[in-house]
Amino acid sequence: MPAPPLEIHDMTVAYHRRPVLWDIDLVVPQGQLIAIVGPNGAGKTTLIKAVLGLLPLASGKVEIFGQPYDQQRHLVGYVPQRETVDWDFPVTAFDVVLMGTYGRLGWFRRPGLAEKKRSRECLDHVGMSAYADRQIRQLSGGQQQRVFLARALAQDAQVYFMDEPFAGVDAATEQAIVELLQELRANGKTVLVVHHELQTVKEYFDYVILLNMRLIAVGPVATTFTTENLQTTYGGRLTILDEAAEAVRRGEVRR
Amino acid sequence: MSYLVAIVLTGTALLGCVSGVVGSFAVLRRRALVSDLLSHAALPGICIAFIVAGGKHYSQLLTGAFLSGLLGVALVTLIIRWTRTKEDAAIGIVLSTFFGLGIVLSSLIQRSPEFGGTAGLERYTLGQAANITRDDVVLIAIVCAAALAVVVLLYKEFKLFSFDPDFARSQGWPTLKLDLAMMGLLGLVAVVGVKAVGVLLVPALLITPAVAARFWTNRLGPMLALSAIIGGLSAAAGTLLSAGVHVDWLGFDPLAFGNNDSPLPTGPLIVLCVTAVFLFSMLFAPRRGMAAQVIELVRLRQKTARENLLRTLYELSEPELPRRPIVSPEVLRTERAWTAPQARRLLRRAEQVGYIEQTGDGPRLTERGLAEAAAITRTHRLWELFLIQGANIASDHVDRDADSIEHFLPSEMVDDLESVLARQGRLPAIPGHLPESPHELPSHGREAPRA
Repeated sequence: MPAPPLEIHDMTVAYHRRPVLWDIDLVVPQGQLIAIVGPNGAGKTTLIKAVLGLLPLASGKVEIFGQPYDQQRHLVGYVPQRETVDWDFPVTAFDVVLMGTYGRLGWFRRPGLAEKKRSRECLDHVGMSAYADRQIRQLSGGQQQRVFLARALAQDAQVYFMDEPFAGVDAATEQAIVELLQELRANGKTVLVVHHELQTVKEYFDYVILLNMRLIAVGPVATTFTTENLQTTYGGRLTILDEAAEAVRRGEVRR
Repeated sequence: MSYLVAIVLTGTALLGCVSGVVGSFAVLRRRALVSDLLSHAALPGICIAFIVAGGKHYSQLLTGAFLSGLLGVALVTLIIRWTRTKEDAAIGIVLSTFFGLGIVLSSLIQRSPEFGGTAGLERYTLGQAANITRDDVVLIAIVCAAALAVVVLLYKEFKLFSFDPDFARSQGWPTLKLDLAMMGLLGLVAVVGVKAVGVLLVPALLITPAVAARFWTNRLGPMLALSAIIGGLSAAAGTLLSAGVHVDWLGFDPLAFGNNDSPLPTGPLIVLCVTAVFLFSMLFAPRRGMAAQVIELVRLRQKTARENLLRTLYELSEPELPRRPIVSPEVLRTERAWTAPQARRLLRRAEQVGYIEQTGDGPRLTERGLAEAAAITRTHRLWELFLIQGANIASDHVDRDADSIEHFLPSEMVDDLESVLARQGRLPAIPGHLPESPHELPSHGREAPRA
């Protein structure tokens, strides 16, 4: 059996020594659209960032298709939250998409004709070719999100991690993103999406990861996205973990 | 121009160029304060290098300056990481401490019998470009060439890292090393600039050209080039003013007071020149400049007022169409609560464009004005209908809400609106025909406009 696109073993992540994710163990099947769901502060973004090596792991390990992330990053695409960058930066939509190709180019090499052609195709794919030369501040929120998606497409990956791509976008963009996700799935790609709207989970996704500081449940939407699991995820049963984390933090402070 | 001035000019202009390029990345990454930190923290390094190496060789002093500048940055990083102090406070503390230390050290050196009075370290506070030698210029040129080479070579990497460091790291770029490389370049340029411009004014040369350049362009490459040009030219202009070149041109010195003919300091003049460019850019750059934005605002206000006038005229004329009645000026004014001078001005402008004709009794829409007014009223009503249905806004509020938006609607969107409403059967079947107003029009209830 081929190795799964993402496998996490016993992963714990801490911010300033305060644990925010505890003992996560999960395996994700290939070619599925996967929602990462949980309340605010549940560690959804932290999960993605830890997998991508943007945060240090306190313990555990992450494998992409059976190998450590460092060796597999060419297989991974990333769509960060829109607010994480300065949209006043002097670049055009096309420039941003072109950045998706930088990883494969390596040091010093400038993007050539092939990279530019690919980037134009990706912009076109998200319906943004008319805006290629716009400075990114002059785009609407939905258009900015599409540019980020196009950049991830330009990475030409097998697994995509998207952090709240649906946040603050117009209805047309939401529809465009859904179609894009389905197309990626049809091409055998795996997509993990941090998602906030519970009512659309069943409609958009095949698989779900329910998270609240620890893994609540993982599995197909039909069997895992149940009222009971949701109550566990969003209910107040995590006070013990919270208190433990707080105790760890206080201990640190006192020291 | 004397040989000496030419030497100094070459040095400062090169410095201005490379400051513009390297400073641009600091500004874009919102790290502008770091350039302040680097240059202020350089001062004690200069003094310690002077004591240790015993001499005044430029390159030794620069090495000391560079190392203590980086030490300052490292301290700030540690303070932020280990305590709860915020970045701006940490920078403020480290910057002033290092600067104070530097001042104390340089007065100690000044007092010591060994170096007494010969050190000239006070020059490094405000700089003294006149003391730049040929060797110094060679060093400046080497540093500039190296810094520019790094920026050209790592352009793609710097661009990506400055814009989206997380994404860069997810692609495997060593972001810590890129950060250090940028910081190193900034430190290098800052310490090289210290002799010419001085510790206190180096940051101006690093920050201001970049901010000025940003006003003129929306692309990174052109911004870097423009920033280099602004930095280089400002530095050259400041140097020439300090050397008194303007005296030769004018035949007299407007900056001279009394009989004192000691030259004005170069560093401060350079800073004033670059600030002048910044002010000019802020005011007059196309689109991002303040003048352009004010003009845009005025244009928009005029457009809004004209559209409101035409729509009001249309609605007042509507009961008698297709005849174009004369509208009483008083009725027109009360419709919109315009003052008499406001109404006169609006009418005069509309008359100039040919939308209305003035008769003795009041204004009347021309054929052309009627067509324009009908189109404007149509947009307004389409939008009102949409608001009532799509956004569930009460019909007695809809007039004002529509008013604030409709002047901005692009024509494609009006077409969209129209097709949406047509599909819902809310539009008259004749294309281009106006839908009825969804709310009562005060003008229709009142006295009929006089013919």
